[in-house]
Amino acid sequence: MADRLPAAPKRVLALGATSAIAQATLRLFAEQHAAFFLVGRDAQKLAAVRDDLLTRGASAATTFIVDLDDTGAHPAMLAHAATALGGIDIAFLAHGVLGDQPDAEKNYATAAAILHTNFLSAVSLVTWLANYFEAEHRGTIAVISSVAGDRGRRSNYVYGASKGGLNIFLDGVRNRIDRAGVQVLTIKPGFVATPMTAHLKKNALFAEPAQVAKHILHAIEKGKDVIYAPPFWALIMLVVRSVPRRLFKKMNM
Amino acid sequence: MGNSSSSAAETPLFESWGRYPRFQADVVPLHWNGDFPLQHAPLTKQLPVGLGRSYGDVCLLENGTLLQTAGMDRFLHFDPSTGMLRCEAGVNLQQILDFSVPRGYFLPVTPGTKYVTVGGAIANDIHGKNHHVAGTFGRHVLRFELARSDGTRFVCSPIENPEWFAATIGGMGLTGLITWAEIHLRPIVSRKIEYRGDKFHGIDEFFALSQSASSEYTVAWIDCVSTGRNFARGIFMQGDHSETPGPLTRSKEPKLTFPFSLPEFALNRFSMAAFNALYFHKQLAQQKIGPVDYEPFFYPLDAVLHWNRMYGRQGLLQFQNVLPHESGREGMIEILKAITKSGLASFLAVIKFFGDVPSVGMMSFPKPGPMLALDFPIRRDVSFDLVDRLARITLEHGGRMYSAKDARMTPEQFQAFYPQWQEFARFIDPGFDSAFWQRVTGRRPLVG
Repeated sequence: MADRLPAAPKRVLALGATSAIAQATLRLFAEQHAAFFLVGRDAQKLAAVRDDLLTRGASAATTFIVDLDDTGAHPAMLAHAATALGGIDIAFLAHGVLGDQPDAEKNYATAAAILHTNFLSAVSLVTWLANYFEAEHRGTIAVISSVAGDRGRRSNYVYGASKGGLNIFLDGVRNRIDRAGVQVLTIKPGFVATPMTAHLKKNALFAEPAQVAKHILHAIEKGKDVIYAPPFWALIMLVVRSVPRRLFKKMNM
Repeated sequence: MGNSSSSAAETPLFESWGRYPRFQADVVPLHWNGDFPLQHAPLTKQLPVGLGRSYGDVCLLENGTLLQTAGMDRFLHFDPSTGMLRCEAGVNLQQILDFSVPRGYFLPVTPGTKYVTVGGAIANDIHGKNHHVAGTFGRHVLRFELARSDGTRFVCSPIENPEWFAATIGGMGLTGLITWAEIHLRPIVSRKIEYRGDKFHGIDEFFALSQSASSEYTVAWIDCVSTGRNFARGIFMQGDHSETPGPLTRSKEPKLTFPFSLPEFALNRFSMAAFNALYFHKQLAQQKIGPVDYEPFFYPLDAVLHWNRMYGRQGLLQFQNVLPHESGREGMIEILKAITKSGLASFLAVIKFFGDVPSVGMMSFPKPGPMLALDFPIRRDVSFDLVDRLARITLEHGGRMYSAKDARMTPEQFQAFYPQWQEFARFIDPGFDSAFWQRVTGRRPLVG
């Protein structure tokens, strides 16, 4: 265990800490004795995640219960996190909803709710975090987006639009604060076997959250900008993006 | 990624490690302690399933709801001074070892695979190569929480709800859902096992080696194919955790996967005889001594994922029994003769003496005496007839068979092996059932 020089433990703010990909990633940080500020909606689930991380080696873990849809609560919550951790090194945004696409095709309210959770609440959080880290001249904002944001598909374009908007927003923030030494990482997972996808039939393209987590940790450590996780999705999405629109319109993707 | 097309209408067949029998079932993954009871109570009976590594039908339920626990995989507390680990029931033994070995702790009892969950280990009250000194897994369980389908939940231990503790350990998942458990790990100073392998020729040499062995872990591989001069030859393997401080690193992940199901003819009398001869002669000397890593010592088969595909689409039958000391020698010879005569045995056969450490569980399998475990490829009729014959010999000699490895016991056989079954039945969750339990209580016929 003690085979390398002890670096100062990372201080990790996890937003949507009970998501499957978040949990798998936080476990890797816990093994490095990180300190956590865990944010989520469900007190019982958050407590289980906190206990798991502490058992696996986390040096500290605090839970904070809030619905991240409530953007008005963001600034106070984030300021509290920064104080509680004694400064944030990594902010990890992992909350999101898949939404009900057929319903969203008929009801604007459903579509707006998906956009609010996946896009607007992230915009609110990243706005605060970008200013915080810019002033600190360091830090990492890592955000779970999706390959679905790469092209609008008939089967899930509302979710796709929320993630596509998020991708462009993060691109812009990165271009603004990279020069301050802040990493903005856009993570585009493909199919991942999580509670969010429990109703979908599994195939060979599905990855385990633990596998995706390894790629995320690696990307944070290497200071990357955008990753596909697992990486083979870069190739798949290259193909998906290059299908001519004339043809794509006729496809059932 | 967010594809809103939903799953196909037909439910897939669910199979255990033996791949026989297979049943349709609705599989519901549980991720959190609070996910049970299910929000929309199912109209069918339910049954928890971990990684599905039992061999027969204890983890199956035709047209039922299988509660898949592998997503409940959180560690909840660990005390490095005592080795006490509290974790959710879906944590598997590999995850525990990855966590505990670098911290200088090992499982108190381990079966021949790491790919079982803690819940499954308790529900089948599993045993390992150290049964003669450590007893079953249940002996090292301090407490657990049992959740019932009516929404009640309570902690069970030798002093809290002790009757539920006894019914649930070895209770085949029927008494309710185990949500978390506390187990006592044992300290180690190295990954290494001090190994000793001795060849033996015949059952008497095996009995003598078992008697004289002093190691914590003992097991023997036995040739169930050869006859005549080579009848019941084998290798007696024993080991102890090394007391010399050594590596406490995490294991590497296995890279090999058995890629497809072998055709039925691949495993036959000749290929099996060749495998057995090869294995016996792999160790050239009469005796072999030295340190080995714990992975090949405990989990030689885990190195190849999906090794059950070796037996083809038909699957395999596992037979495991224990006989009392008094009739052990005579009974085992009769059983081994029946097996060699059939020519059906595979290569995977082990024999060991269980010790007299009593099991905590009401329905636990082990009791003192010699136990034998082996696989048969399924060749309809002949394999079923053989296993039925072995069950009858076991019964005649006052032994019993292991439910977690069984797909063929008749109600009469089971009820004779486990006369306490009716007392156990009082603890079964009214919302739970299993294909095994339906079979051994005469509610489901044996399928051909």
